[in-house]
Amino acid sequence: MSKTRQQILILHLADSSLESHTVAWALYDGAKSKDELQMNTGDSQTPPYRSVLDAMRDGWNVLQLPTMPVYRSGFEHELGALPYEYVLERKVTIDE
Amino acid sequence: MSNVEKHHLLNARQMASFAVNGYIQLENLVPQELNEAAHAEQKAWKGPGSYWAGSKVIQEIFELPQVKGVLQSLVGSEPVYDHSALHVVPAQYHVGQAYHADSVIDTRPFGFDIQAFYFSHDTPEIMGPTLILPGSHLHNKVNTASIARYKNIIGQRKLVSKAGTIGFLHNDIWHCAQPNYTDETRYVFKLRLRPGQEQRGLFNMDDYKGPEVAAEFRNYHAFAGNDSRLTQIAGAKFYRYLCGDDRVDFSFEGVLTRMGL
Repeated sequence: MSKTRQQILILHLADSSLESHTVAWALYDGAKSKDELQMNTGDSQTPPYRSVLDAMRDGWNVLQLPTMPVYRSGFEHELGALPYEYVLERKVTIDE
Repeated sequence: MSNVEKHHLLNARQMASFAVNGYIQLENLVPQELNEAAHAEQKAWKGPGSYWAGSKVIQEIFELPQVKGVLQSLVGSEPVYDHSALHVVPAQYHVGQAYHADSVIDTRPFGFDIQAFYFSHDTPEIMGPTLILPGSHLHNKVNTASIARYKNIIGQRKLVSKAGTIGFLHNDIWHCAQPNYTDETRYVFKLRLRPGQEQRGLFNMDDYKGPEVAAEFRNYHAFAGNDSRLTQIAGAKFYRYLCGDDRVDFSFEGVLTRMGL
């Protein structure tokens, strides 16, 4: 019997345009069993898609768009996590 | 720790690179006989307790003038021991560690601890050398594993090392251990030192405003995307602190001077 499972792809882009280029990526694959390896840190040097728009063209659905940055006075130059984070999903079929 | 001769200190280009990238990796710092002795000890070490405290070999390595010179350039001549650890990745252990910054979010504006990663044996890519993200020490408003969601980031670099290499890492740099696809255990010894003094002007300051330094600041970090100019400015500001000269300005468009930062 076939069932669907969710795959989550997180793409970080260079800026707030969905066409800007990917600077970081992570895949969490709900179709894999617990004893299978997920994407590892450091296991690839090339992103799976050049942009979010390219991923959409390949069937990924966008779940989350990042809000635009708000620059508070006195903290404009502070830096931390990657700001332009997009969460995408697709459903895949597995046989059980 | 006593003062070392000037030629053992980091030069200005190296310190500028540290300001921009958050690490400096130096090969052939430790002679092979000491590497072999340390590696043998590490293979035999079962704990518990501190490998550092129990090993004369590892302490001898960190007393070498060429090692002390680097440490003195970064944390001064009287650094304070913070902690140490012998990090082990077992043979054929295939799970990468999550990205993190060590300890907790650091509230010091410019001061930092140094984390020395000493490789006693050759550590090729398939053996799991530590993965770092150059420049991420400037993106320091993250806390420990708040970045654990990330898997791959443009510009990430594995500290592939020959025996005798030490990587000196800013405590805020994003990093993680890597899978080991060999049949040999991977060892890296980490020593964290706090500064014993203000970290201004501790390195070889010759030509600290020179063209080789300027070239280092023309490197922008792609992972930062639209923020890469801000990252560059943060590196230039950090270099000011390291120089003890609050007028030297290698920032993008001279922003530090323009805005009186």
